[in-house]
Amino acid sequence: MTMPMWVELVLAVLLVGSGVFALIAAFGVATLPTFFQRMHPPALAYTFSTWCVTLASIISASMREGKLVLHPWTIIILLSITVPVTTLLLSRAALFRRRDAGDVGIPPPLSVREQTGPSAPESGRSQVVS
Amino acid sequence: MSPLLTTAILVTFGCYALAAALALTRVLRGPLVLDRVLALDLLYVYGLLIMMVLGIKYDSDAYFEGALLIALLGFVSSAAMAKFILRGEVIE
Repeated sequence: MTMPMWVELVLAVLLVGSGVFALIAAFGVATLPTFFQRMHPPALAYTFSTWCVTLASIISASMREGKLVLHPWTIIILLSITVPVTTLLLSRAALFRRRDAGDVGIPPPLSVREQTGPSAPESGRSQVVS
Repeated sequence: MSPLLTTAILVTFGCYALAAALALTRVLRGPLVLDRVLALDLLYVYGLLIMMVLGIKYDSDAYFEGALLIALLGFVSSAAMAKFILRGEVIE
């Protein structure tokens, strides 16, 4: 395979950028103090790293085939559909667990706030808290 | 493949390995179960990225399907795990 120099340069920049952002994401997950803060850095790996690697893969496959090859784009589409679902489920689980454990500073359930106002919760999970 | 691209691929693999090791410390250490699930979720994305870079390195099309499978199964396992932690059952 012979690629022009500038194509290899673009591929190298994309790959190293993806590696650096994956490293930043893992560093954040390993060092940040609370769970809700730790939920944020993986988004770097889910978006930036995957986009860079997929673009590099598209360029490499297109140079090999001699025409535009777009099927690695499926990975981006699949991840951008599935990752928010997982993140939402995880954050909901964390919120409910915190509420059950009676931590301070956790917002009350929306149903309780609508019925009785935030000052006097009577039903639902906030009874467990207080 | 020129030495530039070979070096870049090696550096990228090094970054991924270091990142996976850092995420693994969170899996082993995490105070909550959810921390472990989050770090496992991150680990499967690293596996996917490694598959894609292998596909570039060996200039082959077969690694793409592996990456697609990892993405699908990783989503299903993470969502099942989160649902189990949330409700105590995966399918109600």
